[in-house]
Amino acid sequence: MDYIRAFIVGGTICVIGQLLMDGTKLTPAHVLVLFVTSGVILTALGIYEPIVKFGGAGATVPIVGFGYTLAKGSIKATKESGILGAFTGGVEAGAGGVAAAVVFGYLMALIFNPKSKK
Amino acid sequence: MENTKKERFHKQCKYNQYVKQKSPKPNFFKNAIWAFLVGGIICICGQFIMNTLKVIGLQKEEVGTATSIILIFLGAFLTGVGIYDKLGKRAGGGSIIPITGFANSIVSPAMEFKTEGYIFGIGAKMFILAGPVLVYGFTSAVLVGLIYLFIGK
Repeated sequence: MDYIRAFIVGGTICVIGQLLMDGTKLTPAHVLVLFVTSGVILTALGIYEPIVKFGGAGATVPIVGFGYTLAKGSIKATKESGILGAFTGGVEAGAGGVAAAVVFGYLMALIFNPKSKK
Repeated sequence: MENTKKERFHKQCKYNQYVKQKSPKPNFFKNAIWAFLVGGIICICGQFIMNTLKVIGLQKEEVGTATSIILIFLGAFLTGVGIYDKLGKRAGGGSIIPITGFANSIVSPAMEFKTEGYIFGIGAKMFILAGPVLVYGFTSAVLVGLIYLFIGK
């Protein structure tokens, strides 16, 4: 059952992104930035948490979920350690993903060459 | 002066119309279906990884991070071997929006600009899309924390 919910929620979020790209002049970069920021704002407003509860990976795998992780970490750390937490919390919560993206991204770019020319 | 400005404006309008005419109209319905299917399937993979990690016995917060790391690895690897970009041509938003697309947005330009060297090529160009995402993500997260600090209590 959680697979079906993940499929529906994740698919819907991706369709919203696709429609934004097709219907407006927004580029993928714009959409990515928009979605991350929306994730942060929606989480801060308490709207995204129920979506995550319902959709599971369908809500956390899209880039909106990265915003969710950042905002959640930021708020949690702010509760615990005040102003310092506001600065450390978000980045700390997203650190695993960011480090993985940098390291794997770098390694893959080292190992592989672009295929488009063939 | 006034005249040339008007002329230029007129030309610009004409050009815009021409571009609109010539640029292919996106097939909204087909694109949306593809985005839904591919995005949904990637999320199912994420759910599968999450469930598996839970069974193995990871903590709730660790599961989220570990899932992201695995998906990012897969996204980066599939981009490296050239599969992800092929998928992206069809799937559009379905392959861009998931976290695997974030990895793709790092590896793709990094490979492309390899020839410009390890610092200004790979090192700098890998953040051409991921950079803005991190800038706006981190900034808004810190702002949310600060706002919470001042009015949330």
